[in-house]
Amino acid sequence: MEKVLMKGNEALAEAAIRAGCKCFFGYPITPQTELSEYLSKQMPKRGGVFLQAESEVAAINMVLGAGATGTRVMTSSSSPGVSLKSEGISYIAGSDVPCLIVNVERGGPGLGSIQPSQQDYWQATKGLGHGDFRLIILAPNSVQEVVNLVVRAFDLGEKYRVPVMLLSDGLLGQMMEPVEFPEISAKGADNSGWAAVGTKMQREHHIVNSLYIEANDLEEQVRKRYERYAVIEENESDGESYLCDDADIVITAFGATSRIAKSAVNKARAEGIKAGLFRPITLWPFPKKQLLDATKQAKAVLSVEMNMGQMIDDVKLALDCKIPVSFYGRTGGVIPSPNEVLAEIRKLNGGIK
Amino acid sequence: MAVKFQRPHALCDVRLHYCAGCTHGIIHRLVAEVIDEMGIEGDTVGVCPVGCSVFAYNYFGCDMIEAPHGRAPAVATGVKRARPDLNVFTYQGDGDLAAIGTAETVHAATRGENIVVIFVNNGTYGMTGGQMAPTTLPGQVTTTSPYGRDPRKAGYPIHVCEMLSTLDGTALAVRTAVDTVPHIRETKKMIRKAFENQQKGNGFSIVEVLSTCPSNWGLTPKESIKRLQEECIPYYPLGVYKDVNMEEANADKLAMGGAAK
Amino acid sequence: MTYEILLAGFGGQGILFAGKLLAYCALFEGKEISWLPSYGPEMRGGKCNCSVCISDEPIGSPQVLEPDLLVVLNGPSFDAFMPSVKPGGKAFVDSSMVDAKTDRTDIETFYVPATQLADDNNLAKGANIVLLGKLLHETGIFSFETVRKALEKNTPAKRAHTIDNNMRALQLGADYKG
Repeated sequence: MEKVLMKGNEALAEAAIRAGCKCFFGYPITPQTELSEYLSKQMPKRGGVFLQAESEVAAINMVLGAGATGTRVMTSSSSPGVSLKSEGISYIAGSDVPCLIVNVERGGPGLGSIQPSQQDYWQATKGLGHGDFRLIILAPNSVQEVVNLVVRAFDLGEKYRVPVMLLSDGLLGQMMEPVEFPEISAKGADNSGWAAVGTKMQREHHIVNSLYIEANDLEEQVRKRYERYAVIEENESDGESYLCDDADIVITAFGATSRIAKSAVNKARAEGIKAGLFRPITLWPFPKKQLLDATKQAKAVLSVEMNMGQMIDDVKLALDCKIPVSFYGRTGGVIPSPNEVLAEIRKLNGGIK
Repeated sequence: MAVKFQRPHALCDVRLHYCAGCTHGIIHRLVAEVIDEMGIEGDTVGVCPVGCSVFAYNYFGCDMIEAPHGRAPAVATGVKRARPDLNVFTYQGDGDLAAIGTAETVHAATRGENIVVIFVNNGTYGMTGGQMAPTTLPGQVTTTSPYGRDPRKAGYPIHVCEMLSTLDGTALAVRTAVDTVPHIRETKKMIRKAFENQQKGNGFSIVEVLSTCPSNWGLTPKESIKRLQEECIPYYPLGVYKDVNMEEANADKLAMGGAAK
Repeated sequence: MTYEILLAGFGGQGILFAGKLLAYCALFEGKEISWLPSYGPEMRGGKCNCSVCISDEPIGSPQVLEPDLLVVLNGPSFDAFMPSVKPGGKAFVDSSMVDAKTDRTDIETFYVPATQLADDNNLAKGANIVLLGKLLHETGIFSFETVRKALEKNTPAKRAHTIDNNMRALQLGADYKG
């Protein structure tokens, strides 16, 4: 198939349709708007449902309803809207309903700004709602990877019966790049054992539910879910290393920021500094083993983020404080420049000598 | 020996958790009878609320989904949009539907969402122990209106059917009660009408059923029925607030020569 | 070959469209590309700029902070971005909108009265394309045939008549000797 130029948001929407997504429920918010506008145009023409809900709260609960029937379903929003969705996300996780939630992040807290940000790392990986639960969190760094990960997100969600979040940001969402859509066979998983689609008077009724009035029953359910999480951690952790084999300094960065970090690494290499980049692709599960591999030679690690330092916690945990980890970031919607990152690399390099 | 009376198939053979004298049991039965009589159990999905009827998913024999507090109409919307072939109903109390879920209720109605809403109104938060609900009557004592509901401070009760009947998407808005046999029969008739509306694609149908809560009202079941009749029904008049079928029938009559005059 | 290009002006001057044409030209020639708009709450009249990176290698940061090529269509953008042009780079300035002249001697600056030229030739709102014509003429990155293909790809059928106008605007810019 020939390459086309598309905005990240639009490519995401197109990929979702091609991946067999049948329902979209959402509420307008910048900077994810192109995504819902694209789907509002395309879904009715291609046998899908587009519905603009009265609120983020309603939208995520529509996702719960459609997902409970085993239908491929998604919603998208940006940071403040995802906060509103967190109630429903907790119920969806507690009901073991697969779905895709997209967060095209912007600056926060509060109404914040509409510029790109990665301020929702903690929210996505640790605090998407009340209770013991996880979402698989995928963080693409190019428009092509947005497309690839949307397909993977639906498959993973159904395979493990977990909600999956694709963490994008205003930069990836608004950026156009050439993109190719892979041939997708959207078979989907077998939902017949749990989905609420009518008993046809052939079986006991299915109950899609997160309520367990007996504490022991709930504990058992949560433990079972954590056994699945352990399998996900084992099998689905993903990250990418760039020039790490001989690197004295390894930068960790995800999503759009990893592009900036990569430019900085190239500039550092041109100056003879042995710098490398490790980019987590799954933020949960955090690719600990891959990071340990990538930092075997490293004397210093620099976490570069578009926030005040959130992923750095997971980097430190993964490295068990064996390598010093420092931080560089810009926040509020300000994008760090490769030169700013390069300056940090130079500082660290001076420290090593 | 001929069977004269039995549990509807759509009602599971389990013990309900409701308090003695609670009318949820009657309303559950009516819904189940309608599902049986229409032969739709195998193609129906119910959505439960948070509140006393939270465990309704254990009682109805069709597939069931438990929604967050107030969100049942949104969850039902998701089910119905994904699978228009299914019959979808929500079963909600007054706190769920008329307080925390007001937005979901109003917008499902105005979208003409093709679902059935069974709204059980007993004027109190039963499960949490009798707090003031959006439908608690003025002057009524509850655990959070210990001096009686003062509308100047706590606001006025919401008349749900009256409000929803103003929306174009509402197909049926009707208020019934379960205090007498004729009213119970009328309630069943309206529940059936609501499900039939869904099959015809008429849009949003709500059946508001005035109900009791002996435990939290601090009354016996018999006294509760008396209060329902003497205090609740006068404040919340029974009747059909909107019915598109009737409007169409009237329009037909007018078209045929003004028979309605 | 790598070009980092920044186009800047007011919203409504066709900044994003001009950037898109460059991006499509690069697409037709099999290059790596990124196109990144700045975005603000105002739909029209606000500050607007667009970063376009074109390269044979995968593109790192898509934000152009030190452009090889700068296109400016208003005063505020001139003030903001002229100092950022890479030494040895080229700047294309709409001199009907910008009175100032740069004192930089380490870059080549082309002053084109693009808005005036467009207006004089019944090509209202064509200043962006006039400047693009000058840029292509001076750099030779893409041929006009490639631009026509890009125009065809990005012009809805009901506005097909604008393609020839845009090609005329392109030629005006290319022919302008300042």
